Amino acid sequence: MNSFRQTAVGVFVLLGLICVGYLAIKLGQMQVFNSNGFELSANFTSVSGLRVGADVEMAGVPVGRVVDISLDPDPLRENAVVRILLDRDLQLSDDSIASIMTSGLIGDKYVSLSRGGSDVILKSGDTITETEPSVDLGTLIGKYAFGGV
Amino acid sequence: MKTEHDCGLLCRMGAPCLRIINAVGDMALFMLTGLVQIFASGKIFVRTLQQLYVIGYKSLFVIVLIGLFCGMVLGLQGYYTLVQFGSVGLLGSAVSLTLIRELGPVLTAIMLTGRAGSSMAAEIGVMRITDQIDALDVMDINSMGYLVSPRIMASLISFPLLTAIFDVVGIIGGYLTGVLMLGINEGAYFYRIASSVTMTDVNGGFIKALVFALLVTTVCCYQGYTTHTRRDSVGPEAVGNATTSAVVISCVLILAADYVLTSFLL
Repeated sequence: MNSFRQTAVGVFVLLGLICVGYLAIKLGQMQVFNSNGFELSANFTSVSGLRVGADVEMAGVPVGRVVDISLDPDPLRENAVVRILLDRDLQLSDDSIASIMTSGLIGDKYVSLSRGGSDVILKSGDTITETEPSVDLGTLIGKYAFGGV
Repeated sequence: MKTEHDCGLLCRMGAPCLRIINAVGDMALFMLTGLVQIFASGKIFVRTLQQLYVIGYKSLFVIVLIGLFCGMVLGLQGYYTLVQFGSVGLLGSAVSLTLIRELGPVLTAIMLTGRAGSSMAAEIGVMRITDQIDALDVMDINSMGYLVSPRIMASLISFPLLTAIFDVVGIIGGYLTGVLMLGINEGAYFYRIASSVTMTDVNGGFIKALVFALLVTTVCCYQGYTTHTRRDSVGPEAVGNATTSAVVISCVLILAADYVLTSFLL
């Protein structure tokens, strides 16, 4: 067992670990440092098409991502609860609007945030109350075709 | 038990089935013994390092090479399919998901079967027919712990690492054809990769790589270790046959296990 072999194995393992790291952290968006992210939740009447990991954008700039989608535990309501993790505190006011948009005509769904005008700033863990559900292209076309607009 | 030649039709049909079932059970026990011996045998670290050099480092070049070509051809094929829908921006997702979910683990495992698995079967097979394994046992060196456990250990380490290298090199290959040759937007390519690949995909690929590592090493070492009990041939010919069946069985098992794993992981 000479030192060339040991170095060779070291090179191989290091190269492999770099690739694993790239796949996991860069591509898989693994949360390495469970960071000082800023978490908010929002209740939507429908989140059809939205997936965990989808982008959260403000003015088209990615500012975070969706970390969890679940049904409202309250049996009297029919709501989807979406938890989003923002990269930093954006000083959003409590009347900010979260809407689910589609990129392009048939692209992925994402959450778009727009600021409100209130003086009350949301804290981490708060809920955004003003929301717009995802727009279904088929329903829209149906409305247009049958004169519902 | 009667032999095959002095019994009726049903008996002749049943005997091979029993033999196959026996071999499967034998192989499972072989794998378990190999795994247990990892913790029981001394100098496992040095022997594993040696095998890591053979299985891992020496396969590095060929894995990088086929990873590059695989990614390049995916970029090419994907481009000409997607361009019909005007959505070439999705090429990044197509290449990366294909590589990370399927082609990376499977092609790495098949390539390693050819490069490392065959040599395992042949090496252990020659040791068996020249009575070296018996010599080890006589000297009170556990032959399983000495020959098989380091190989299992080294495979469990190097299969996932080589799969990761294959994936990354493949994505670079797709970049070469898609972006540099066919002129897709570079930002769109990498943005699509980052947005469509999730941790579930990456984990699934590594789980596959680990399962394939166990399968390939077990089958190849088992075929070599049991060369002397082969029914179709003896001596040097048995080593050749053992190597052939090691490679064939491993490849079939890789693809079959890939299907089963995918249906569980999706």
